[in-house]
Amino acid sequence: MKKKLGLVVNPIAGMGGRVALKGSDGKETIRKAIELGSTPVSPKRTAEALKRLMRIKGDIELITYPYDMGEEEAKESGFNPTVIGSITKGETTSSDTCRAAKELAVLNTDLLLFAGGDGTARDIYEAVGNTIPVLGIPAGVKIHSAAYAINPLMAGELTVMYLRGSNTSVHEVEVMDIDEEVLREEDRVSAKLYGYLKIPCDRKMTQSPKEASCRGEQEVAMMQAIAERVVDAMEEDWLYIIGPGTTTRAIMERLGLQKTLLGVDVVERKKIVANDVNEAQLIRIMDGKKAKVIVTPIGGQGYIFGRGNQQISPEIIRRVGPENILVIATPSKIYSLMLKPLLVDTGDEEVDQRLRGYRKVVTGYREETVCKVL
Amino acid sequence: MKRLPPVREYHSPVWSEPIITEMGRKGERGILIPKAEKEIRASARKGKSYIPEKMRRKQAPQLPEIGQPQILRHFLHLSQMCLGMETNIDAEGTATMKYSPKIDEALARSSKMTEIHPCQDEDTVQGILEITYKLDLFLREISGMDQFTFQPPGGAMATFANACILRTHHAARGEGPQRDEVITTIFSHPCNAATAATAGFRVITLMPDPTGYPDFEALKAALSPRTAGLMITNPEDTGIYNPRIREFTRAVHEAGGLCFYDQANANGILGITRAREAGFDACHFNLHKTFSSPHGSFGPGCAAYGVRKELANYLPRPVVTYDGKKYHLDDDRPESIGKLREFHGNIPAVLRAYSWIMSMGAEGLLEVARTSVINNNYLTKMLEEVPGTVRYYAPGEYRLEQTRWSWEKLTKDTGVGTLDIQRRMVDYGLQSFFMSHHPWIVPEPFTPEFCESYSVDDMDYWAAVLKQISDEAYSNPELVKSSPHRAPIHLVKYEGLDDPSKWAMTWRAFLKKRGEFSSDHEPKRDSVSER
Repeated sequence: MKKKLGLVVNPIAGMGGRVALKGSDGKETIRKAIELGSTPVSPKRTAEALKRLMRIKGDIELITYPYDMGEEEAKESGFNPTVIGSITKGETTSSDTCRAAKELAVLNTDLLLFAGGDGTARDIYEAVGNTIPVLGIPAGVKIHSAAYAINPLMAGELTVMYLRGSNTSVHEVEVMDIDEEVLREEDRVSAKLYGYLKIPCDRKMTQSPKEASCRGEQEVAMMQAIAERVVDAMEEDWLYIIGPGTTTRAIMERLGLQKTLLGVDVVERKKIVANDVNEAQLIRIMDGKKAKVIVTPIGGQGYIFGRGNQQISPEIIRRVGPENILVIATPSKIYSLMLKPLLVDTGDEEVDQRLRGYRKVVTGYREETVCKVL
Repeated sequence: MKRLPPVREYHSPVWSEPIITEMGRKGERGILIPKAEKEIRASARKGKSYIPEKMRRKQAPQLPEIGQPQILRHFLHLSQMCLGMETNIDAEGTATMKYSPKIDEALARSSKMTEIHPCQDEDTVQGILEITYKLDLFLREISGMDQFTFQPPGGAMATFANACILRTHHAARGEGPQRDEVITTIFSHPCNAATAATAGFRVITLMPDPTGYPDFEALKAALSPRTAGLMITNPEDTGIYNPRIREFTRAVHEAGGLCFYDQANANGILGITRAREAGFDACHFNLHKTFSSPHGSFGPGCAAYGVRKELANYLPRPVVTYDGKKYHLDDDRPESIGKLREFHGNIPAVLRAYSWIMSMGAEGLLEVARTSVINNNYLTKMLEEVPGTVRYYAPGEYRLEQTRWSWEKLTKDTGVGTLDIQRRMVDYGLQSFFMSHHPWIVPEPFTPEFCESYSVDDMDYWAAVLKQISDEAYSNPELVKSSPHRAPIHLVKYEGLDDPSKWAMTWRAFLKKRGEFSSDHEPKRDSVSER
């Protein structure tokens, strides 16, 4: 049976980059980009990826959206795609991306290939979550999301491997984005973690981690080992403030508790105190109690504070004390940093300074890795 | 680039050879043994009655049944379909694939060696005990340690012995439970971390600094009253030598820990630096790497593990001693960690290493190190010019006997990765290169090591093949990705390799997993042959 490959192209992704607009979100930016002489990037990059698929053309059914959302790119590359949905050419928005992804998911596509940048990855996440495997062809200005292959060629190769069945493992990776408004107006990077997408596992071909044999099951086993270690070391009269992420989620799974994947939860005596707390709630809960913070770095980037876990504010870190902060990470996450340090950016220089230096990161049940924090 | 030689259009024999268990037929035999005479049969019991009842199997093993010429043909076919150590240029990094002189092989296969038994009385094996003792003396000189054992059959068993000695040493000082951490580096051989963990230690791994050198500040952060010891390789897997090694060992000693030097591959430093001067308390050498005893299927392996005299009582027993007149197997060592395995180790490897050192002399050993380092740096010059290669870490700095390279650039440019290149090499009559130990931090890695056995022509040929494959990757990537084209087996499917329901370590397990095994019957041959 033919494999079903979905394709969604965000035709305007990447247009802001060449003209230094730090992103292409918003109609105004696009208008400006065109004025500045920008031309579409993603159709060409999509075609580059699709070219690598020609050798398995007979084994796949390519399903896509009309015009420049995939149909044109597919035909240009020599495919005869099945086209679904309808759009107004030249005026597509993120809602079209979402609709296309949803409709393709309903058709039980084996893999959804999408072209765009961080905004596009967010749209895909909103539309399909982690229900089906997806993979990004990098075409945007900003690529913070780990859901993208390192280049279009590799997106093609990874798709071939996945659809041929020679690599069918998948794993969850972070969907990150920075706030373009803040960046353009205040020239400040404010990154946020939006969720997790499921992508085929071949780390050397995706944006961040570079380990050769990432096996989804192996990664899960490592997380469970870390969780076991953390739970075994839990003490009665301490609060545990558990940051976002799939690695920290394993701790909660081990305890049989609900985890807010993108939020901060608090545990005491192996029971939930509160889910998805903000800074003020945390301060209230911590009152008069000893607390430890458990966080995990963001894959490929290495931030342990200041990205996606701002609830654990400088004030919280000061109250807890740097010695009561436990950083956990699977070995492959450490390797994905390619010898770059872990990073802190809490917004408070004095707190950052106290967090810097070398730190033993828990990487297994009885294993730790010494990492530099900058 | 230097003018490179033309590449050979190699082609392997393709015998489509079945598995031995699929060959022959019931009742077929290699040797038909005549029945014993009546008188003998009358006086002797049945053969199997000599085996204790409890040890007797209820059913005969399902062994292949096949004649002698057929079995000989089978194994020769298999050997023809392999690129062996002696049919091609085997420059597998970290493994020091050096030439094993034939004279040493002749010695090891002489009946004087093969017909002795470890249970023989000491007086009847003085010769081999003397050789064992003298090899110990040589290695003391080479390393600066005070006594060696040859019991470990491989490097990982030597590192395990070390982990056991760490445990025993701290326990003897009353710090056993407290000192439960072993520190290693990510580019040390992973058996250091693995065997420390097996011996019950927590493992602390140091990442290098951004240039790829071991990070001294990270070591300082790792040290504590819990530190049992440091277990590392130097030069590391990357070929980079840690120039601050004295500071590392000093800091560990100050924290109360011991230092172990994994010198499985000591080829780049033989006669140049010693474990003792670098501040180590123990080390090991793989006789089947640095000291020319054969490797891989030729084996057997043997790791010489040595310690300073303060730790000598802990060595596995027995050790060979000399009282000025006679050599002894000293088994009365109450503080010993015990036995790592039966008897005294793979003694043929000891004999080969002894013979090799005797033939080289001290100057020869130094020449080995110099030649292997020069070779590696000669190759480096050529590989730097092969499109798509990246030499990882420490730009501009020399490596010792091996170098961790990467095809990262080639992969980004063409989609052809290190696994593809490995397979394509076979089409030119070269064994696949060594990639990397676990984990693959360097993307698309490969690690050549041209030890002193290889000539300039050998290196030129090897570089020419990589250049050829790189050119193919840029002009016709599919040719490389679909390789090998001239090997005995085309493309191996990897997908089942980590699926326990698909792979099998034995024929019986294979049949079981296919639902074809039955303990009272023969394998169903018809269904097997469809495989």
